[in-house]
Amino acid sequence: MHLQIATRQVADAVIAMPVGRIDHRSAAEFEAALTPLVAAAAAAKGALVLDFSGIDYISSVGLRVLMIAAKKMREREAPLLVSALQSVVAEIFAISRFDRILTVTATLDDAMALCSPAALAAYRSAGSAPAP
Amino acid sequence: MKGVRFWGTRGSLPVALTARDVGAKLLGALRAARGRQLGSDSDLQSILDGLPFAARATYGGHSSCVQLDTGGAEFLVCDMGSGLRPFGQAAAASRNGVAQTFHIFMSHLHWDHIMGLPFFVPAFIPGNRVVIYGSHEELESALRRQQDKPSFPVDFSIFGAKMEFVHLEPGRTHEIAGVAVTSMLQRHAGDSYGYRFESQGKVVVYSTDSEHPLAQAEHAERFVRFFHGADLVIFDGMYSLADAISVKADWGHSSNIVGVELCQLAEVRHLCLFHHEPVFDDAAIDAVLAETRRLEEITRGAQRLHVSAAYDGMEIAL
Repeated sequence: MHLQIATRQVADAVIAMPVGRIDHRSAAEFEAALTPLVAAAAAAKGALVLDFSGIDYISSVGLRVLMIAAKKMREREAPLLVSALQSVVAEIFAISRFDRILTVTATLDDAMALCSPAALAAYRSAGSAPAP
Repeated sequence: MKGVRFWGTRGSLPVALTARDVGAKLLGALRAARGRQLGSDSDLQSILDGLPFAARATYGGHSSCVQLDTGGAEFLVCDMGSGLRPFGQAAAASRNGVAQTFHIFMSHLHWDHIMGLPFFVPAFIPGNRVVIYGSHEELESALRRQQDKPSFPVDFSIFGAKMEFVHLEPGRTHEIAGVAVTSMLQRHAGDSYGYRFESQGKVVVYSTDSEHPLAQAEHAERFVRFFHGADLVIFDGMYSLADAISVKADWGHSSNIVGVELCQLAEVRHLCLFHHEPVFDDAAIDAVLAETRRLEEITRGAQRLHVSAAYDGMEIAL
């Protein structure tokens, strides 16, 4: 299954929205798409926010991709946030304990608030966020 | 193959309940009995049956030892952790003066998997035969060494049974006591081997002390083939996935998540979590089991995977 990732710059943060299922078949594709985004965000020391509202499943191989991305971002002191998990994916994060090692937020608005005031303001002014 | 009995299920180091642990279980049971009918034993049993496993029992603390029941007179056992001691006592008690034969399959030679041998009563009985199988070059020397001075009071020569060592070539199927046995190399410090046992249309896989590098698709494919169609997979689910691939990466163990994924891909019927983390109490293992069952439920494909957590004394019929 083809995994789509749409991205947009919001002030000093990048929001990436993968859509589909991240399993043993598509994890390599997810990693290939995520790697340049991580490199760019880490180099700029900007935040990378993964909007997971379009992901309906993630396997261990996909979680490993997230862990590597988080490690690379941490090395450059740039935040990686995972946001808006569907209920099944949220359960997988909890069972795997990934909710303890990654920064996970309930909504994109919460994630942008953790990025920077500029990112939050830009996100809200774009009208794509629910009322706080 | 008729079934499996677990004599030791704990990983790395044997553990025991403390007085406080037992007191907490008793207190919980008494609380549950408050206001209930207590007149008969069946009333009491009904109260106990309503408690979670961790509140009324224990997963136990012996290290790895699993018996395969083939229905035959000869015994098949995986690993010689501290659980080998109670197994040996039970086997010796059933002897009735007849010499016994034991076929013991070693995953590897780390101490938690060999420490039961010096306390294995049948090995002291002349006429008995103990055949130890493995794929490590040091199979015999490692077992002899643990009883050398200054580690143990008596050396290997104390054993009265005939002690034999058989090297198994990984990937090749051997016929042993009516069972087709195939071993496979696993990732663990110093190597470990998983075993696939096939007999009378039933398949049991014993795969402990095995780390699964998630980036290597061919590794997962190899295990899916090894597990394929098994009635039961006994699986090292010692860590959470997050721990297994971060702070405990390269420690040689796996997670419940990878166990579910591999078993689902391999169309296994029953996944049994094994080699429990020694720092986990009974409630923690109960929680891991509940989460693993939930994971299986939310990721289920065409076939349901039954999930259990092994405890000392547990029997699984095939």
